[in-house]
Amino acid sequence: MRYLCLIYDDESKWGTMPKAEVDAMMGEYFAFTEGVKHSGHYVGGEALQPTQTATSVRVRNGKISATDGPFAETKEQLGGYYLINAKDLNDAIQVAAKIPAARIGTVEIRPIMEFN
Amino acid sequence: MPPAFEIRQQIDHIYRSDSRRVLATLIRLLGDFDRAEEAMHDAFMAALDAWARDGIPDNPRAWLISTGRFKAIDAIRRAARFDAAKAAHAGQLDTSVLPPGLIEDTTGDVEDDRLRLIFTCCHPALTADARIALTLREVCGLGTEAIARAFLVSAPTVAQRIVRAKGKIRDARIPYQVPGREDLPDRLDAVLHVVYLVFNEGYSASSGDAIVRHDLCDEAIRLGRLLVDLLPEPEAMGLLALMLLHDARRHARTAPGGDLRLLDEQDRSLWNRPQIAEGLALVERALYSRRFGPYTLQAAIAAVHAEAADAAATDWRQIVGIYDVLMRVEPSPVAALNRAVAVAMRDGAAAGLALIDAILGRGDLADYGPAHAARADLCRRLGRREEAAAAYARALELTHQAPERRFLERRIREIAGEP
Repeated sequence: MRYLCLIYDDESKWGTMPKAEVDAMMGEYFAFTEGVKHSGHYVGGEALQPTQTATSVRVRNGKISATDGPFAETKEQLGGYYLINAKDLNDAIQVAAKIPAARIGTVEIRPIMEFN
Repeated sequence: MPPAFEIRQQIDHIYRSDSRRVLATLIRLLGDFDRAEEAMHDAFMAALDAWARDGIPDNPRAWLISTGRFKAIDAIRRAARFDAAKAAHAGQLDTSVLPPGLIEDTTGDVEDDRLRLIFTCCHPALTADARIALTLREVCGLGTEAIARAFLVSAPTVAQRIVRAKGKIRDARIPYQVPGREDLPDRLDAVLHVVYLVFNEGYSASSGDAIVRHDLCDEAIRLGRLLVDLLPEPEAMGLLALMLLHDARRHARTAPGGDLRLLDEQDRSLWNRPQIAEGLALVERALYSRRFGPYTLQAAIAAVHAEAADAAATDWRQIVGIYDVLMRVEPSPVAALNRAVAVAMRDGAAAGLALIDAILGRGDLADYGPAHAARADLCRRLGRREEAAAAYARALELTHQAPERRFLERRIREIAGEP
């Protein structure tokens, strides 16, 4: 079964972190990605640019409106995702717990809706 | 052949003793809560006819599981005629069918199924409310109405919680399994916590007219026994002991009018001695394991009370000592408050009051009624009547439970009436 692991953390932290810490975190992400590729869980994953680059689009009455910023202002922002294949929710939780951001932020696991 | 009504009575008895086990196994075999429940009811319906005709089989539970499974396969096949997608599912069930011999001798497996059911109902991915409702419904077999009454919410609310929880189990694929060794301690904690919440709601109802809801206490103790039988971990024993020791005071705890009787006012001859003996033995086993935690420690405190012939004989030195350990293992403001009360009993009211004032000063328990009631009680003992009256009044504001309110009102009147 496929699950999307949405990574939420406080993106402002990244700017204030010393370079060595950022490098260490990146190293952990690299190792995690290699690990889930090796274990067969990995389907895909990307990191996102910060929310200051976000644009929210709505179409109302046929008119497109594009506004600056994310859909919702929250303390933790969506910063990236992994799409994984897992046996069940327990398996997915084990994988998500190893995402480095789980220690400082939150990883939301969402099962993928499968249409037959 | 026994008359029909006698068969019916026996089936009723088997339903009470075995329906949850049958359900737990059917959930594993069918992979779906609702389908399993329907299959179980179909199997019991079939038993009414078949057993009246052929007599009760040697292993009724195996008969019910096997019949339930075939009924479910039939139902899926019938539905499959209208839905080609489901035909594949019926096929899968057929191939996964265990040989009948295996079913008849799956006592070990069946017990595992009950544990699977408990761990699934108490999965941390479900909300706390849903875990409680689902556990009482699926593991204890309580009706939606009974659960709603016990927790003072509406039946549709309970039903909705259960439906949502089952939906999440299915859609997010929460597995039907006992966690592995690595996860077991955390997951067992989650299960014990559900049992503890059920007991607490029964033992000290958060609102309403009755102080104790014995039916909930009984269910929690039943769950506790089941856990100790299936998974004799020290903290499971500790929790069962804690519940048994507290529940043993059931008849001494309320006065005829329904009023609350504190520990030091209770007629200890009304305590349930066999239940205390069982609790004490469990505490000892749990402590002996040296892998005990907060439930065992709380049970050990209850054990010290249980062993005292009267309130004056209570070994407060030992109780404070156990609270000290508890505060190291699992520090909490409520444990600190209880420790302060024990210190007051050991060293005098002034010593306890200083500790309570420090706790309240930190703001931890500012809105916790029992903290103000305890403070009031110590002020009263120290002759500080005005402070006592104010603290009782604050406690009263924070209490929604009728017997506890009457107790506080009585205290306030007593203080006002004292010369």
